[in-house]
Amino acid sequence: MDDLLTTLIRGLAQGSFYALVAAGFVVIYRATDVVNFAQPALMVMGAYFTALFTHNYNFPFWLSVIAAMVAVALIGAVSERVALRPMVGEPPFSAAMVTVGLFLVLTIVANRLIGSNVISVGDPWGLETATFLGNVRMRVADGWGIGLTIVAFAAVGLFLTRSRIGLAMRATSLDQEVALAQGINVGRMFGLSWALAGGLAGLAGMVYGSGGTAVDHTSAFVALKALPVIILGGLDSLKGAYIGGLIIGVAEAFTRANAASLSGVVGANVDVVVPYLIMLIVLMVKPYGLFGTPEVQRV
Amino acid sequence: MTAQPKLRPGRRRAVTLRGRPELYTEYAADQALLNTPAKRRFAAVLLVALVVLPFLLDRDINGLLTRVFITSIGAIGLNLVSGYAGQVSLGHAFFLGLGAFTAAFLGSEPSGSLRGLGLEMWVWLPASGLVAAAVGALVAPLAARVRGLYLGILTLGLVFVGDHLFKEMRTFTGGPGIGRRAAAPIIGGLDLFRRQTILGVEVEGDVLFYFVSLLLLIVLGVAARNLARSKVGRSFAAVRDRDIAAEVMGVPLVRTKVLAFTLSSFYAGVCGALLAVLYGTIVPENFGLLLSVDFLAMILIGGVATISGSIVGAAFVVLLPRLVQSLTDVLPFISRGGTTEGLFSVDQLQGMLFGALIIAFLVLEPRGLYGLWLRVRNYWKAWPFSY
Repeated sequence: MDDLLTTLIRGLAQGSFYALVAAGFVVIYRATDVVNFAQPALMVMGAYFTALFTHNYNFPFWLSVIAAMVAVALIGAVSERVALRPMVGEPPFSAAMVTVGLFLVLTIVANRLIGSNVISVGDPWGLETATFLGNVRMRVADGWGIGLTIVAFAAVGLFLTRSRIGLAMRATSLDQEVALAQGINVGRMFGLSWALAGGLAGLAGMVYGSGGTAVDHTSAFVALKALPVIILGGLDSLKGAYIGGLIIGVAEAFTRANAASLSGVVGANVDVVVPYLIMLIVLMVKPYGLFGTPEVQRV
Repeated sequence: MTAQPKLRPGRRRAVTLRGRPELYTEYAADQALLNTPAKRRFAAVLLVALVVLPFLLDRDINGLLTRVFITSIGAIGLNLVSGYAGQVSLGHAFFLGLGAFTAAFLGSEPSGSLRGLGLEMWVWLPASGLVAAAVGALVAPLAARVRGLYLGILTLGLVFVGDHLFKEMRTFTGGPGIGRRAAAPIIGGLDLFRRQTILGVEVEGDVLFYFVSLLLLIVLGVAARNLARSKVGRSFAAVRDRDIAAEVMGVPLVRTKVLAFTLSSFYAGVCGALLAVLYGTIVPENFGLLLSVDFLAMILIGGVATISGSIVGAAFVVLLPRLVQSLTDVLPFISRGGTTEGLFSVDQLQGMLFGALIIAFLVLEPRGLYGLWLRVRNYWKAWPFSY
């Protein structure tokens, strides 16, 4: 039982990380109808900037996290302006390929910045673990990750539903031309969505790197598992991103915990592909995910 | 009884009047692949050059050209499904890997725990294409259920699942980091990589493989080109442009998509098998997501839904690293060695350039290098008038 709970918490923490990255995907998809494959690379940038600000500039940790979020948000907004704005009105796949190009460029920039060594984000929690409810172990960093993700989702949700700019963003995602006619600066909303997604990616980078996980540019491939998450939750649903993230994270954690008994049948390291297997099944059964809006085609 | 010899479409050569190269007197001449004298001349010169070049060039340049031919086959395959039929596939690397490992299993001798059959090339080459095609045909009905971005993400999942399979099926693939030797390119006892004397001419091993690759590219390229302008190709284009309209017009949607995937996988399988021969040793890590991105870049840079564009794009992507490497002598901020000195190392610059080029072509010239060529050609065709 204790082991079960320990695994569950580990899965929830991992899932929270996926959910944060997935939230960036959702925010951008809702605003611009583009699946942003560069989101994982932005996550690595977030981890890098957090590490840079804590280690090189000796900021307090909370300040360097915020600074990193701002920095990645800026990168996101600039990328949108330079690479994605000219693609407005082009087929969604072309725009998606542009973000693949962006992914390559950003990963290599991250590789250059990080260098040949891996970095740690320098969080104050390190490898500390807490024990509660008798014998359930939990890494402190995991607790922070789960908590911060809930806060971030609540903040984004409140921003989108309650604020004036959030309303404008939702109007843009509903219909760009009508939004334009209502006096909304659609281009600025695009940039803002990318900045928001960048900020979330920055936070995700910190969550990924906390608890002693080493970060290098290949970490982007781990964050790519946010794609199964958004397919499971629905491409355009924030709620879906959160719940999907937790489901994927927990599924992965339980497969990893039972890897020894599974390896005879499906081979070692099967936990790495479990998210993708779930995604393939979801695409077969319910292509628009748990909370996604089905695409309606007019002829 | 008088026969009517004039009405019979014989094998007469098309009569083109002097100075009127675009006057066609027969349908056959109009429909020919090389329908203008310029195209015919250019193709002839290119062919002669490609036949003569390997005897004049260095061994490593030959290898590079061979690689261009082989990757072109894969790029044409991807263009069939993504360019002509509009079904975006990020899963091309999986089918390449499938072809490569099938060929390695059939074509190399067993060693240790690795299984192998030691068959000859005329068995393993078609077999690698067919196995990939069979798996493609199995996956395609599932892929036909989703469209657009969802399809891209689905095929991306395929790459990761395939990667896992390649890593775990150790008796076939050798496992991660270890891999296995590629199939031996032997036809009828003739090793394509060994120095041979053929018809009194002494031929280096790599030159033989060069010619086999070139021949395969020509055969498969012409086949794809003809397919693209046949009924099948038209139905591909119809599905790409508007799937519902295509279905209304009587194009079977699922069958067309399955056919596109199957054909594309066949090309990918053949390409993977040959590419593996060129690599020498293959590991499961070779066939990851980045390889898929490479191939997508080829068709985007070369030109979507064109065969010649696929070849030019493949050549561009394969030759780019060499180009960047020779730039290191000119540009001071690129370092040759480790990652610490200079602004960027060769690998990094090449990767960056790659990403930047994908973005630049999509933003500035969505038709790729082929589109650039069209612009140049149309400009000079109408010169001195603007159009």
